[in-house]
Amino acid sequence: MTTPVWVPRKRRGAELFLTFLAVFIGIAAYASVGLGAEGTIPADTYKLGGALIVVAIATHLIVRRVAPYADPVLLPLVISLNGLGLAMIYRLDIGRQQIDPARAAFANSQLVWTAVGIAAFAGILIAVRDHRRLQTLTYTFGAAAIGLLILPLIPGVGQTINGARIWVVLFGFSFQPGEAAKVCLAIFFAGYLVVKRDALALAGRRIMGIDLPRGRDLGPILACWLISVGILVFQRDLGSSLLFFGLFVVMLYVSTERPGWIVVGGLLFGAGAYFGYAAFGHVRVRFDAWLDPFGDPDRNGQVINGLFGLAHGGILGQGLGQGSPQLTPYSFSDFIAASMGEELGLTGLMAILLIYGLIVERGLRIALTCRDAFGKLLAAGLAFSFALQVFVVVGGVTRLIPLTGLTTPFMAQGGSSVVMNWAIIGLLLRISDQTRRPAPEISTFDSNDETQVVKIS
Amino acid sequence: MNRPIRNIAVACLVLFLALILNANFVQFVQADELNSKNGNRRVINEEYSRDRGAILVDGKPVAESVKSKDEYKFQRRYPDDDLYAPLTGYFSYIYGRSAVESTQNDVLSGSDDRLFVNRVVDLVSNKQPKGGSVELTIDPLAQKAAAEGLERLGDDTKGAVAAIDPRTGAVLAMVSQPSYDPNRLASHDFTEVQKAWQDLTTDDDQPMTNRSTEQTLPPGSTFKLITAAAALENGVVTDIDDKVKAGTTLKFPGYGYTLPNENGGNCGGSTITFERALNVSCNVAFGGLALEIGQEKLGEQAAKFGFGTDPIDGLAASPSRFTNPDTTLEPPQLGQTGIGQFDVAATPLQMAMVAAGIANDGDVMKPYVIDTVRAPNLRVLDKTQPERLSEAVSETTARKLREMMVSTVQQGTATSAQIPNVEVGAKTGTAQSTPDRPPYAWFVSYAKDGDNEVAVAVLVESSDTARDEIAGGRLAGPIAKSVMEAVLGK
Repeated sequence: MTTPVWVPRKRRGAELFLTFLAVFIGIAAYASVGLGAEGTIPADTYKLGGALIVVAIATHLIVRRVAPYADPVLLPLVISLNGLGLAMIYRLDIGRQQIDPARAAFANSQLVWTAVGIAAFAGILIAVRDHRRLQTLTYTFGAAAIGLLILPLIPGVGQTINGARIWVVLFGFSFQPGEAAKVCLAIFFAGYLVVKRDALALAGRRIMGIDLPRGRDLGPILACWLISVGILVFQRDLGSSLLFFGLFVVMLYVSTERPGWIVVGGLLFGAGAYFGYAAFGHVRVRFDAWLDPFGDPDRNGQVINGLFGLAHGGILGQGLGQGSPQLTPYSFSDFIAASMGEELGLTGLMAILLIYGLIVERGLRIALTCRDAFGKLLAAGLAFSFALQVFVVVGGVTRLIPLTGLTTPFMAQGGSSVVMNWAIIGLLLRISDQTRRPAPEISTFDSNDETQVVKIS
Repeated sequence: MNRPIRNIAVACLVLFLALILNANFVQFVQADELNSKNGNRRVINEEYSRDRGAILVDGKPVAESVKSKDEYKFQRRYPDDDLYAPLTGYFSYIYGRSAVESTQNDVLSGSDDRLFVNRVVDLVSNKQPKGGSVELTIDPLAQKAAAEGLERLGDDTKGAVAAIDPRTGAVLAMVSQPSYDPNRLASHDFTEVQKAWQDLTTDDDQPMTNRSTEQTLPPGSTFKLITAAAALENGVVTDIDDKVKAGTTLKFPGYGYTLPNENGGNCGGSTITFERALNVSCNVAFGGLALEIGQEKLGEQAAKFGFGTDPIDGLAASPSRFTNPDTTLEPPQLGQTGIGQFDVAATPLQMAMVAAGIANDGDVMKPYVIDTVRAPNLRVLDKTQPERLSEAVSETTARKLREMMVSTVQQGTATSAQIPNVEVGAKTGTAQSTPDRPPYAWFVSYAKDGDNEVAVAVLVESSDTARDEIAGGRLAGPIAKSVMEAVLGK
């Protein structure tokens, strides 16, 4: 008897429909910004809109061709966020240049970076036909991650911007290697843990009721923690430090299925955070700004301005182009969530958070249904790091937790962030295509046939 | 590995739930509080682009918004410069608001709940919302008379005047000298505004302090009115012709301290009438009365006149003080307290309330400055109803106190306040603080003429006048007189 095999539907038509919807959201937001801020729909709306539709259709066709079974919801979700982000950056260009015409405009470069990001997305789908190939490059990615993390510390290449040494300037372009390092680290962790998970979980001694792994298995874990603390110390980048460490602990937990790792990780993080608080003035400043922003309004101007913007937006928002998000420093990058909250209101901000939540949910669903351990770990790690990043940056802006500098995926201005997030979506789609693809036909023989037993009388 | 992934999914759900709940908290629950914070430029920008309502005195604007050609569309203007500054306060882009501009901001900016219908109509017809107007209780003639009176004493004069209608508590004049020009802070030239703010906040004379409501100083002999009221109320003295102990000094058995009279005299004998004691402001007599009344009764009397309570809504104000709380006064301290020294400290508004209570048959009315609040279409939204604060003394006691105050004007220390054919009662005061600065000159009075009544308190903290000339009657009396004349239309 053959067991009926569940063959997922491709749902590419649904993806196309949702993609049109997402592109429409972006174009409508752009037109709305023009109407709100300058009273007319921007003259290039049709041109830009046409280009967007072409790019979206092209992307869709590539997915249809090289990853036909991929998750149909992720791409439209990401396009809608990217479109909203572009419209908001354009809106902030207008607002900031009203204050001072000399200020740089970011919308055009962000548009170019979005194109590069989509190219990277397509490139990954085309080049990586099977995500398991990446597992063979585990240590290559590990080395690449460390190299990328050290890069900003090299004199002449690295640059300190806003107190954090996380920038690299090469050939006139500046970018944050941390974003790329995150993806490399996720691949490295997945590859490493798939191999070591049993050793980590089973071999070792039991001390005070906790199963401790062997030293040689534990080594890389401690090394990772040290790297996180190192980032905190030398690059003053609290957000990335938290993100890398959280990513690692969670992947450790998923691979070993031992909740104890979460406890150990939590304790180590607590120790690191306390150390940071005790040792660094800038960490203390962030912490104090979180507890009582109005205690020092001059120093905490950005956090306060973000809150003022959110409050001013209220439930329905001021309307695109009609608020004053440009009053908040870095309203176009770190604080773009507050800008969205001001102009689109609580309603808009919650919708955006739901879109982020859906992306995470689709990612974790891919991890659940994935058949191989490497893909499972990688998808879970990428999805969780995405969730943690959104939580840390939006939570920081809305004063749920202390503010740390991380980019808001797909919306914040910044080339490296947009490109790497598109790459992450590419990887997720690749894993999901593998997962949902029907298993190759295996010829079986009918077990009910009478076994040809030779009777020996 | 699926179980941990499911757990992670739940954890992510919790993270996003926390974000969404927090967004609701900030943008819905906390929004009003954040929007009303000082320094919120979004709200100020919005307010600046609105036609803010006027603050009116006798129908004429003392603060108004006029169209401007720059990006803020409207410019706040104060036509009388510094005359009404203690009342209107300032409306500054950078430094926020104060006084009535601040406390009536909801109406003036048009965001008051009572203007909701107007806002909806404006929204539908796509018009900018307009603010409502606030009419003050001030009598412009009295206000000018008070300000000019203080100015006549010289440019360096520091002082304050408060005048109220004894029957309602409506504030008729409120002047603080030196004052400031709120136009300087309302300017759209922000570097000028910053410079002005710097000047005003670093000025030792604190021009932005409303001396008539915010600054408490020893009221000196004017406090004898309260001691006299307590003496009559508690039966220590029954009539104004009763004899009270006087003489050159008041001795406190067991203490090395003696309380002398102001000019070393003996008030006209070892015993004098109660009335004469007030007429000549006899320290020995009132110190002795304070001892007989006792701290508790005297403190209760002061509290009935309003000491210890925030006297007025809508303006920054400090409560006046009888003594430090939980202090038991030694006899010499109690004696000094009875003549308005030691720890006693009062605002001019408080002393005007004392005179007003006596003029109004013992009922102290709660002072107020906001008369009517109107919507942009002039519909009356609110009109302040007079409210009795307390019955400070009985009608009989009030009548006796008035008699003594009138005779003080006719033949005592307060002759400078005489107005022909008008019932005027007054009490002077000169209060010592520290030996190295001139004493404060006080003058507290009331006047009644037919249907008109007014109570005034004048404080002159320091002036160009040499210190030995200082006496409440000579310095502050003429100012009180001109304010009363202005109110009574003389």
